[in-house]
Amino acid sequence: MREHLPALQVVLPLFGALIAALVRGPVAAWLVTAIVSVASLVISVVLLRQVIGGEVISYHLGGWDPSIGIEYRVDIVSALILVLVSAVAAVVAPFARLSVAAEIPEDKVAWFYTMYLISLAGLLGIAITGDAFNAFVFLEVSSLSSYALIAMGTNRRALVAAYQYLIVGTIGAGFYVIGVGLIYMMTGTLNLTLMAERIADIELSRPILAALAFIVVGISLKLALFPLHVWLPNAYAYAPSVATVFLAATATKVAIYLFARYVFSVFGRSFVFADLPLTETLLTFSIAAIFGAGTVAVFQSNLKRMFAYSSVAQVGYITLGISLATLSGVTGALVHVLNHALIKGAIFMALGSAVFRIGKCSFEDIAGIGRKMPLTSAALVLAGLSLIGLPGTAGFISKWYLVVASLELGWWWLAALIVMSTLITLAYVARVVEAAYFREPSKALADVTEAPAEMLIPTWILAGATVYFGIDTQLTAGLAERAALVLMGGIQ
Amino acid sequence: MRLDLILRVATKLILPFMLLFAVYVQLHGDYGAGGGFQAGAIAGAGIILYALVFGLAAARRIVPPALVETLVPLGVFIYAAVGVAGWLTGGNYLEYNHLAHDPVHGQEWGVFLVELGVFITVSATMVAIFYAFTGRGRSR
Repeated sequence: MREHLPALQVVLPLFGALIAALVRGPVAAWLVTAIVSVASLVISVVLLRQVIGGEVISYHLGGWDPSIGIEYRVDIVSALILVLVSAVAAVVAPFARLSVAAEIPEDKVAWFYTMYLISLAGLLGIAITGDAFNAFVFLEVSSLSSYALIAMGTNRRALVAAYQYLIVGTIGAGFYVIGVGLIYMMTGTLNLTLMAERIADIELSRPILAALAFIVVGISLKLALFPLHVWLPNAYAYAPSVATVFLAATATKVAIYLFARYVFSVFGRSFVFADLPLTETLLTFSIAAIFGAGTVAVFQSNLKRMFAYSSVAQVGYITLGISLATLSGVTGALVHVLNHALIKGAIFMALGSAVFRIGKCSFEDIAGIGRKMPLTSAALVLAGLSLIGLPGTAGFISKWYLVVASLELGWWWLAALIVMSTLITLAYVARVVEAAYFREPSKALADVTEAPAEMLIPTWILAGATVYFGIDTQLTAGLAERAALVLMGGIQ
Repeated sequence: MRLDLILRVATKLILPFMLLFAVYVQLHGDYGAGGGFQAGAIAGAGIILYALVFGLAAARRIVPPALVETLVPLGVFIYAAVGVAGWLTGGNYLEYNHLAHDPVHGQEWGVFLVELGVFITVSATMVAIFYAFTGRGRSR
């Protein structure tokens, strides 16, 4: 069975989704989701342990050779993303039962879990596959299911948000597949490893340049790079709480993984960053994201929407690290992929608990929540501090790597900008603290009590992790550095 | 007297041939154009035609929504289960070589079963989408 783990990693959530759709009972569907999520985590950890020393697992789907068939390829980079996605899913699963029951009509609960598990299968699939077209299929699998997840939000605006995301996401996926088509035309293969080998000789041919442009823009839409982020705030703000937690923590991260795979492993660092001005372009948009989206976040009245804009800004830090194309830069990007997933997971879970008790989460609704729901608010603030990058929290580690990377290049102005941007994050987190602790609870909050343990424990697992990984960086930064090494060296 | 007599008679006449053609496209997929997706679309269109002419209620009596909602995941389930059968018989996921006594027959069986799954899901999905649109604003 051990040699089939790469296939099982994707097939298990898929089967889980089908069983959830066939049983149709809300509790049974949740149980399937919980079991599948935990089992996925176990599989991904086993896979990570197998590849941690630099080995690569290659699994030939259907027994076909990678040159004509689909290959699943697990190296330390993909294993890291697999663990991240399945770990988030495993933590979200116990949280989901009450939150979903409160927000989704009973006859749709099983469909919600079906879509959730299909989305999980798609995201894991993107991370594990070594085939460009298969990655497109999984991209669509995860996206289509997430449109459905978002559309199930209680507010009717969720429908518009999902539709907007559908249009933009389809354009993104369309661009991606055009790029893949052009590369296929020039190299005659869809396998990423073989593409990388064959592309080196024909780098500067026009179709390859066009392919690079299409793929970079297409995936940038998916990862919500600054001017292409418009779909994200509404999608996160109006989606059901559980969907927001899961998508915010995983979906953009997997797109970032795919982006890094293409620019570093397929096209190659020297081509993309030395021959072409991707560093300058990506850096400009990243800084615009950090400052632009960060500033917009400060002026939001809905907390979910505010932290959605904050996600756009945080993606900016990750793409900033990638754009530097140095070892510390990419390490910083990868470590922030992990840290930001934990931070945003904790924040949106805390907001989900608030929505569960109060029903809404604008600043007026949560005024004085610190007295009514002390543990939930504390988790929110803790994760917020980590988002700012307070020393001793996970966010500090990411920013440290990014600052070091810019100083290594002699770009002190960039280091200064990164440090300055912290003030913007501080501004909007401070607003949350002010509303939660320094305002009198409104009458609507009179009989609000602390969130149930079922929701509190997963929230605190993630909030605690943001502190733990700020002190013990062996697991996150250590792994990210190894992964960055593998990524920068190309696919072996 | 109803004015859609011609439509009703023509539909009754054409429907069996449509469904038979769906089966033909399904089974002939190995040798020519066709396969589970096309056959599923034809079969789904047959049911939709019936619903258009004889009304949604009549179609729902023949193909109840609960059945449709079971068939959609069932088809994918068959597909995925064939994949698992691949590794239970000693190959990789979706490897059909060991499903029968020799690889050629194994591939044939594998593709046949997978296409059956595709047929079920595609036809059921088409009907489900049709039901969802036409059922808007009506109580079930």
